[in-house]
Amino acid sequence: MPDTVIDVRSLVKKFGDFTAVDQVSFLVERGQVVGYLGPNGSGKTTTIRVLLGLLRPTAGSATVLGFDVDREAERIRPLVGYMSQKFALYEDLTVRENLVFYAGVYGMTPTEYRPRVTEVIELIGLTGREGERAGALAGGWRQRLALGIAIVHKPQLLFLDEPTSGVDPEARRAFWDLIYTLAEGGTTIFVTTHYMDEAEHCGRVGIMYNGRLVAMDTPSALKQSQLKGPAWNVVADPLIPAL
Amino acid sequence: MRRLRALIRKEFTHMRRDPRTLVMILIMPILQLFLLGYISNDVRNISAVVFDQDNSRASRALLDAYRAADYFSLDYVAYSEADVTQLIDSGQARAGIIIPPSYGGDLAAGRSAEVAVLIDGSDPTIANAALSAATFVGQAHATNIRFQQLAVRGPAAVTAGLPFEVRTRVLYNPDLLSSYNIVPGLIGTILLFTTMGLTANAIVRERERGTIEQLIVTPIRNWELILAKITPFILVSMVDVVLILLVGTLWFGVPIRGSVLLLLALSGLYLLPNLGLGLLISTFARTQQEAQIVILPLMLPFWMLSGFIFPIAAMPAALQVISRFIPLTYFLVIVRSIVIKGVGIEILIPQIAALSIFAVLLLGIAALRFRKTLD
Ligand SMILES: Nc1ncnc2c1ncn2[C@@H]1O[C@H](COP(=O)(O)OP(=O)(O)O)[C@@H](O)[C@H]1O
Ligand SMILES: [Mg+2]
Repeated sequence: MPDTVIDVRSLVKKFGDFTAVDQVSFLVERGQVVGYLGPNGSGKTTTIRVLLGLLRPTAGSATVLGFDVDREAERIRPLVGYMSQKFALYEDLTVRENLVFYAGVYGMTPTEYRPRVTEVIELIGLTGREGERAGALAGGWRQRLALGIAIVHKPQLLFLDEPTSGVDPEARRAFWDLIYTLAEGGTTIFVTTHYMDEAEHCGRVGIMYNGRLVAMDTPSALKQSQLKGPAWNVVADPLIPAL
Repeated sequence: MRRLRALIRKEFTHMRRDPRTLVMILIMPILQLFLLGYISNDVRNISAVVFDQDNSRASRALLDAYRAADYFSLDYVAYSEADVTQLIDSGQARAGIIIPPSYGGDLAAGRSAEVAVLIDGSDPTIANAALSAATFVGQAHATNIRFQQLAVRGPAAVTAGLPFEVRTRVLYNPDLLSSYNIVPGLIGTILLFTTMGLTANAIVRERERGTIEQLIVTPIRNWELILAKITPFILVSMVDVVLILLVGTLWFGVPIRGSVLLLLALSGLYLLPNLGLGLLISTFARTQQEAQIVILPLMLPFWMLSGFIFPIAAMPAALQVISRFIPLTYFLVIVRSIVIKGVGIEILIPQIAALSIFAVLLLGIAALRFRKTLD
């Protein structure tokens, strides 16, 4: 088991002439909660998509759990979970059916997934509502179901792409409690956000701006540099409206 | 296998939760069948021109029989065959009844006479009605005469066969759209819709929902996703085939002369190129509307140029070439041959080969493109 779960080196992703991710390098250690902070369009989703093998890197390299994201994506997939920005729910399926489906596509047998699905439903607080259609759930609950879908196969590493956008502040707080619960269970978590206050919740925070990773450190160290360096100020300004 | 089972189960749940689509898939072919089947059966008072070269009591009796049956309105009298064709050409008459000079004499002598009926095939529904009416009324009248002859002269004096025969000839459109043709043809067009149209939508829907990304990051293989998507539609399409055949035979009396099993098997083969097309469209379209925008203009030439509505032989050469690239063209030959002529698999090898080539090509291209968009 490597202790470095994500290793990104000089990663570049271009769409045509446009560079969405520009020379990004960072490491993520096992068990960390790493925040990836940046305004809309700064390249957060693109970074995650490359790490999941959904997009091919233009230059540079990256490994996830020791596997190369370009050549060995299929080996990464069973080990990681992904909650995309657009909650990937089947609205016409019930809460339980959604979870059972994703458990099934990860190859779990009924004897494996039955207790696991019940456990996940309990964790995300949807006990008693298993039979409701996902489409009938309110925003905060859909978000939790989307998380449940991402963790039903017990991934070691979890990618959460703006999981709290468009959810009310109370649901956001409750969601971060959930993230801590998962982290305590040993899951490494890589979470993007454009809410600056959420950076406080993370062990380490990377700051993306215009495709570049301008800083990555602990929240307190970043605050220190905010006083001196220009980088944080540049980033902070466009972030304020997002709050 | 577990992954595939989970995927297929999900597709069936989607189908169950959307009963309107399911009902439509099952009802639509029956509806179309009744619509097309009845339009072509309910035409009356077809304007006709008569060229009676015999002008005997017997010939007038025959014309009276046509008049009485209400199918034809004998509006014009002609004095030459050229007149007959001229009236039909100009569209004033839809049919022409030509009685030979020897008609009365032949009947009296017990020889078999021949009455010709020309039919304008340019409007298949009218032509179809005229065709069956001409034959039906003629046979009824011939049977009547036969009974009279039997009563008057006794069995010994009567030759075998009917006293006269109506020979119909369709101008412009010899392969008429008749319920015999509609029922088999519908199988082809309905399958086209359920497979190409609905498969494209099923995959595009995953993209619209944003679930496609989630599916790609699971260990699902491309072929598993594709197979799961098409399985429910294959099953429902097969139910459709059986439904159309049942209604076709029980209600419209279209006999199935060939092997039903062969028909089902080749229907299965015909599904493959259409599924390939549907998948291919789904790799281009981002939304269901976009998919529809591609599918509708594609369906139209398929209908028009495959021989479902117009006979291929009557089309301009350029269109005939296009028709060769439409899978439906080959399937129509297959299904009509099996249902109407009762032929076996050995006759249909060229069509089977063509469909197989289309299947491999289209599914192959779709699978390649599919992988690309996933990456
Ligand atoms: N498939 C794509 N094709 C072209 N441009 C893209 C594509 N995906 C993202 N982009 C562009 O790349 C930039 C970064 O996008 P993204 O990674 O989604 O940002 P974020 O997630 O930080 O909001 C944006 O300007 C976006 O428009
Ligand atoms: Mg994003």
